[in-house]
Amino acid sequence: MDAESLLLALELASGSGQGLSPDRRASLLTSLMLVKRDYRFDRVLFWGRILGLVADYYIAQGVSEDQLAPRKTLYSLNCMEWSLLPPATKEMETQTSVVKGRFMGDPSHEYEHTELQKVNEGEKVFEEEVVVQIKEETRLVSVIDQIDKAVAVIPRGALFKTPFGPINVNRTFEGLSLSEAKKLSSYFHFREPVELKNKTLLEKAELDPSLDFMDSLEHDIPKGSWSVQMERGNALVVLRSLLWPGLTFYHAPRTKNYGYIYVGTGEKNLDLPFML
Amino acid sequence: MEDSIPVNQKIKHQELGETGRPWEETVTTSQAPELGLSEALELEQGPETGLQPRSSPPTMPLSGARTPDRPVDDLVGLRASFPSSAFQELPSTLSPLALARQDFMAPWQSDKTTSVIPEAETPHFGHLEQLSDKGGSTLHQTCQSKGNTFHQSQQTKYPLYELRDVSDHTSKQKELRFDIFQEDDSDSNCHLDQPESGASQVAPSMLEIAIQNTKAYLLKTSSKSGLNLYDHLSEMLTKVLDKRPENAVDIIENISQDVKMEHFSKKLDTLQNENEMLPTYEMAEKQKTLFLQGNVEGADQELEDEIAEHALPNIMESAFYFEQAGVGLGTDETYRIFLALKQLTDTHPIQKCRFWGKILGLEMNYIVAEVEFREGEDEEEVEEEDVPEERDNGDSEADEDDEDELPRPFYKAPQAIPKEESRTGANKYVYFVCNEPGRPWVKLPAVTPAQIVIARKIKKFFTGRLDTPIISYPPFPGNESNYLRAQIARISAGTHVSPLGFYHFGEEEGEEEEEIESGRDSFEENPDFEGIQVIDLVESLSNWVHHVQHILPQGRCNWFNPIQKSEEEEEEEDEEKEDEKGEEPDDTEQEVGPPLLTPISEDLEIQNTSPWTTRLSSNLIPQYAIAVLRSNLWPGAYAFSNGKKFENFYIGWGHKYSPDSYTPPVPPPVYQEYPSGPEITEMDDPTVEEEQAFRAAQEAAANSTEENEETEEEEDEEDDYD
Repeated sequence: MDAESLLLALELASGSGQGLSPDRRASLLTSLMLVKRDYRFDRVLFWGRILGLVADYYIAQGVSEDQLAPRKTLYSLNCMEWSLLPPATKEMETQTSVVKGRFMGDPSHEYEHTELQKVNEGEKVFEEEVVVQIKEETRLVSVIDQIDKAVAVIPRGALFKTPFGPINVNRTFEGLSLSEAKKLSSYFHFREPVELKNKTLLEKAELDPSLDFMDSLEHDIPKGSWSVQMERGNALVVLRSLLWPGLTFYHAPRTKNYGYIYVGTGEKNLDLPFML
Repeated sequence: MEDSIPVNQKIKHQELGETGRPWEETVTTSQAPELGLSEALELEQGPETGLQPRSSPPTMPLSGARTPDRPVDDLVGLRASFPSSAFQELPSTLSPLALARQDFMAPWQSDKTTSVIPEAETPHFGHLEQLSDKGGSTLHQTCQSKGNTFHQSQQTKYPLYELRDVSDHTSKQKELRFDIFQEDDSDSNCHLDQPESGASQVAPSMLEIAIQNTKAYLLKTSSKSGLNLYDHLSEMLTKVLDKRPENAVDIIENISQDVKMEHFSKKLDTLQNENEMLPTYEMAEKQKTLFLQGNVEGADQELEDEIAEHALPNIMESAFYFEQAGVGLGTDETYRIFLALKQLTDTHPIQKCRFWGKILGLEMNYIVAEVEFREGEDEEEVEEEDVPEERDNGDSEADEDDEDELPRPFYKAPQAIPKEESRTGANKYVYFVCNEPGRPWVKLPAVTPAQIVIARKIKKFFTGRLDTPIISYPPFPGNESNYLRAQIARISAGTHVSPLGFYHFGEEEGEEEEEIESGRDSFEENPDFEGIQVIDLVESLSNWVHHVQHILPQGRCNWFNPIQKSEEEEEEEDEEKEDEKGEEPDDTEQEVGPPLLTPISEDLEIQNTSPWTTRLSSNLIPQYAIAVLRSNLWPGAYAFSNGKKFENFYIGWGHKYSPDSYTPPVPPPVYQEYPSGPEITEMDDPTVEEEQAFRAAQEAAANSTEENEETEEEEDEEDDYD
């Protein structure tokens, strides 16, 4: 959610129950302004909160001019001092996929994972148990990246693409209409498109290249992994992800207010197929 | 000149976007019968002579006051101009065309008024057309020679257009018409080519194509309003030229808006909007009643009664504290829930009420209220579950008696464990749910041990509708309302905690009993509770205790012995609280759980992590901070205390946390249905050798008997002989 409209955004996303306490809110408002200035971001988004056992991580992301460019992620334990996280890589993801369980809350905490590695000693090849240390910071980076790639949501029409490439915020976006807001096809993944090229020509003919340049949510697997609800009568549409429980996307139809926030334990819900 | 004219004509034809227009054109002859007839006659006379009389018709459009209110005249003028220009370049081919047109004069005449459909956009079109465009643009791209069939097809098409609804603005019609005219023109041009081979048909140049494309773009109808830019501009300019306002350039936008407004007196979208907004208004109406209920006429006495009532807790206060912890639903939503709870307490005889929490669902959410009815006012539920079971047992026994030839199965269904009485154990409280504040509260049924046992084995999302069936393995006995109730019971048993000393066992309970069989299940508020330091509450988990009974693996809080033995051995099995999949003991070992008011420090860990996380709500101002407890086992369960007050709350999906993925239980092994004995057991067919051996043995036996018989017979015979 945009740091500028933080209070309203938190109010609208409060249906999921987890929000921020007043002192965190106040510190966020102040510190995110400073972050925006220091790092020269175009926009700062408050991404959410990952609940750890000892402490919670507060995550913010900075967006540059091109909205779809990789965003810079910062974390903080007290909403005041922010530290930049390294960008996520594939190796990080494979490395941290073995770690299970809750986040500790201490960025320097190391998870130990024993692996069987083949070690060549001379001519003999035998397997040895190697204890691999994985830092929690790495895990944090990788989890944030996974969540972003999987469930970060943006409504259709909020961004538009110019022929030259960069993607800009659409200042004339007036919000989705009510009938559009209830359909999953009006929401896109806020990431580089993956499935767009797999669409048939017939489907592509109906798309508007300046608006429909991202994957929509309706083809997500497993089907039904999004819960769409209207709250407050029809004045607010809330999308909750069931794959990463804790991610809430809200949008007030016919207004410009939208955003998403993740408040959760940072674990994927692998039991989803059983639960539907 | 000749080239430009066909161009002209074709452009006009192209740009006829409206139904009536082309026909108006062609039918101008009918509208102005004299004109048409004269033209037709002229046509038949010959090409050259045809030119002269046409000088008069073109003057018609220019004369006469042309106003938007008199489209008839305009159309007449239009038509006059069109055919004139049309006929100018069709010297030789005019006869078939004229014939065609003559045929239509008659029917069109009768429809004179109806066919003149004054579509607001159209009248000025031709006028402007004439004024503006005289440039050349390619008209005939295809010069197809078509014979009489073409004309006939034309003829057949005309009546179609006549019948069609003229106010229809489909582009298909436009294309169709365009095609006809295209063909018309191409045909005519083809004919033109033949006699006038000398006439140079200019190949469509790039400029002409560009102009044509531009015009086509301008004529594109907007999907929202059905207008197109060309018509709109033409109307605007006509209006300006007619009215000749001062400083037209400054007010041109207003004129544009006015012209647009003239088209649509009724916004067709309002119907859709109303449908969309209806649920919002409904919801708002319902919530309005919430707010108004307080204004019911009541005497002062009632007010005093209300104030004296302690049933309704101060939810806003608890919400404030929870907000310090970062948990909550937002102030106005909480207030609405508050009002809804008040409505609940007003309509039901409730002793105590508490806002339990919110459970999220796929389509709708549940707001749960925990309620304790007043003594004696408990609504008795008809025990329907036990009755069918008895009946089934009876039936099965009857069957067995009737057909006792069938092998009896070994399987005996385990006896259903009866549910706990209301007000005890897992059914201590009654729960009401609603989907949104303002909607009616629905009471959840009491929970049975079987439901709890199976709820432990499945993991399903709630949909938000209470009557949804739960399809799972093992099959859940009930629908979503039962599953919801079971989860609520589990969550309450697992996460409802209070500071140590807040509750204590009442005096009447007596001393501590060694027998855990009858554990203590009631407690009271401790009037002497002095509060615990917030710091202590945060640092040590032993300062918090569970005040809801633990649910045994059996599914009840108080052990029920399925086998009615009089005396039981007491086996101390300290089953830890967080043992999710309790194994059903085969024999009747008494299940024991931690007694009431055990500190939560005794809770089992989840993979080396503590099941609870404690936090101070604020590190910046510790003197007013509160202690916040967050459950790691049931994510979404919170408890706070500021030393003296405490409250529990749940907001989440309603599932337990497990670091390992959920694995559905395997089906049990197949039971032996019947005793196996030699009558039922299938035996292998004997092999060939066995059969032969058997036969041989039989024969041997038979031979021996035969021999015996023979010998006997012989003996007999001998005897006889003797």
